[in-house]
Amino acid sequence: MEPKKLSMVVFSGDMDRALAAFVIATGAAASGTEVTMFFTFWGLKLVQNGSLAGSSPLGRAMGLLNRGGVDRVGPSRFNFLGLGRWMFKRMMKSHNVASLPELRQTATDLGVKLIACQMSMDVMEIPREDLIPEVTEVVGVATFIEQAQQSQTTLFI
Amino acid sequence: MVETNVDVTLDLKGLNCPTPVVRVSQAVNGLPLGGVLEATATDPGVLSDIPAWTRTTGNELLSIERQDRVITFRIKRAK
Repeated sequence: MEPKKLSMVVFSGDMDRALAAFVIATGAAASGTEVTMFFTFWGLKLVQNGSLAGSSPLGRAMGLLNRGGVDRVGPSRFNFLGLGRWMFKRMMKSHNVASLPELRQTATDLGVKLIACQMSMDVMEIPREDLIPEVTEVVGVATFIEQAQQSQTTLFI
Repeated sequence: MVETNVDVTLDLKGLNCPTPVVRVSQAVNGLPLGGVLEATATDPGVLSDIPAWTRTTGNELLSIERQDRVITFRIKRAK
């Protein structure tokens, strides 16, 4: 039997949505599903190392305001300039929920494929070197569509 | 409960979704065919998730029971 497939667009760079994305990805991979996560736009933050991106003046401003890094993302509500992020991290830890960096590591350990959107990287002036090495490919929409059409489940997060 | 030889035990107490399922899949995949895993957990979600996981992966759930907060289950590798 062919393994089942799941493809996911990770558009959001919010901590809470990222948590959902990585929980679903690791759960699916642990259930024998081949998972592809396509990171685009704000979602790229989750696979960036977090060095300051941008080459043009606007790009540099963007890189400063929207600095990448999985540990730097805040929740979609109640962020309160970073206090919410601290609060959620604490609460997740006290309830023994794995952190985002741990979940991302587990995902790649289980063979989840991480790919990134070339166009968003160009717009936001994010260089390839700022993506974590676990990102195997930088691609366009046709690659995602090919993956999605082979999948039984597709998600947009 | 029928006596079964347990090959691997796993303590998942205190751990929350998705970690129990991830650890169970890693442990079961490390067993030979017919090997048995016994695990204990406290996440109530396990009561629904472990049966679902065995159905999805085609492994055999030998037993799952809850005593107070602790859930104990046994899985036989069939796939």
